[in-house]
Amino acid sequence: MKVDDLLEHISEWLRGTGPNSDIVISSRIRLARNLQDYSFPHWATKKQSEEVLENIIKAKDSLEYLKNSTVFRMAELDGVDKQFLVERHLMSHEHAQKKNSHAVIIDEDEIVSVMVNEEDHLRIQVMQSGFNLPEAWNIINKLDDALSAKFDFAFLPEWGYLTACPTNTGTGMRGSVMLHLPALVMTRQINRVLAAIAKLSFTTRGLYGEGTQATGNFFQISNQVSLGRSEAEILGNITGLIKQIIEQENQAREVLLSHSRTVLEDRVNRSFGILKNAYIISSQETVELLSMLRLGSDLGMIKNVDRSSINHLFISTQPAHLQKLEKKKFSAQERDVKRAEIIRNKLQL
Amino acid sequence: MLCDVCGKNPATVHLTEIVDDQMNELHLCEECAREKSAQMEQKFGLSDLLAGMVDFEKVSADKEAESSQCPVCKLSYADFKKIGRLGCANCYVAFRNFLGPLLKRIHGSSQHLGKVPVKTTAKVSRKRINLQELRQKLQKAIESEAFEDAARLRDQIKEMESKEAVQQDPQETKKEDSNESR
Repeated sequence: MKVDDLLEHISEWLRGTGPNSDIVISSRIRLARNLQDYSFPHWATKKQSEEVLENIIKAKDSLEYLKNSTVFRMAELDGVDKQFLVERHLMSHEHAQKKNSHAVIIDEDEIVSVMVNEEDHLRIQVMQSGFNLPEAWNIINKLDDALSAKFDFAFLPEWGYLTACPTNTGTGMRGSVMLHLPALVMTRQINRVLAAIAKLSFTTRGLYGEGTQATGNFFQISNQVSLGRSEAEILGNITGLIKQIIEQENQAREVLLSHSRTVLEDRVNRSFGILKNAYIISSQETVELLSMLRLGSDLGMIKNVDRSSINHLFISTQPAHLQKLEKKKFSAQERDVKRAEIIRNKLQL
Repeated sequence: MLCDVCGKNPATVHLTEIVDDQMNELHLCEECAREKSAQMEQKFGLSDLLAGMVDFEKVSADKEAESSQCPVCKLSYADFKKIGRLGCANCYVAFRNFLGPLLKRIHGSSQHLGKVPVKTTAKVSRKRINLQELRQKLQKAIESEAFEDAARLRDQIKEMESKEAVQQDPQETKKEDSNESR
């Protein structure tokens, strides 16, 4: 598999299916694991890092969930390729800055990806469309067991899995759910919700993970604590929290529909209008307008554009995707023109 | 009932804390409870705050901490304070006296309750697995406010712990495992 082959494929997190997929975009679990006998990546010698990568590559074909996977070494990818994988949520922005023995292993369905030599030797990630942490856990738990039967993971019974940063020690697990909460934002309830989330020791991030701003009403919520609770308990806590947020978003949508239907229809259709007619558009503005279009589609205000087309636009208008699709490098200004053209074409009804 | 902290206002918030498997009940007035939750929020900080948290860790043996070094990867505790990342698995043993309190500060607990690697499971004694299960039961009992069960489980855990030499040196495990790895 080449990076370009992924272009034909719809990212798991954008399939727009799965439980509660009107509000929940995707569910993701990641596990941080290290090999006992090697220094953690930031402290390892070149030789050690290369050995870690070689060992993982050797083992991967015998693992059920990585049988049909491809290894992408950072040293062999160009800037656009790397950005493309980041946009597809298959690796972190930090990992993309690396070279040498840093790699990402991606299965053909883009459900499983393993970053090798990121902050930890292994950052295993499983992605599911919609609100589906149980299935994500089911897959990642089996893959982790299979890996731990082959490798000596750094582990202490009292502290669990040992990670480079003590904030991940214990289960090494981060469960995240990506939510689309336009009604809570429009009704100005979102800050109250986010403050409550922070109090419960969960974190909120933007569309592209750590350090990114929440744009287009997308929020990624994940657990902060990884030690002192079992995986089931952590996932149970996130599930309980997410259910409440879904409930609140639904209530806010009802309030908007019953009290400010015209205002809502105005915003949705204005967004639609701009998307259909713009000749220059930034990716930031695109995400914001698509968010309104998605809400309109969820509420039945926009009938002839379905969720999967909107999702497709979310990803295909990202900078690296745009350049891959057009097979050409563009400047930022050229991208804004091209982006507007792609959107106009897609939304010509 | 008056607040355990200020002793002035009536206690309206009742908390059960588990520290080192010790159950503590706290009765607080609203004001003190708010302060406590603010403190908790600070403690449960982000990884960026980590370096700060280590600093905050004014261990009496501060000098000893600064100069201690991991015998395997040679990372010093001073390095860790600077970069906020440990060097290898053995650092956790080398710096265990300083990391224990830090982990508790970050996670509110320093006892792993999650899964165990397949390879290690065979090596971990049955006793230890039982202990793990008991700890999980204790947690559940406290959550469901079955405090009599909790007290019984706590005593059982204590008894088991005192029978078992708790500290395990991972160097030992490493030697045992080395013929299997790779």
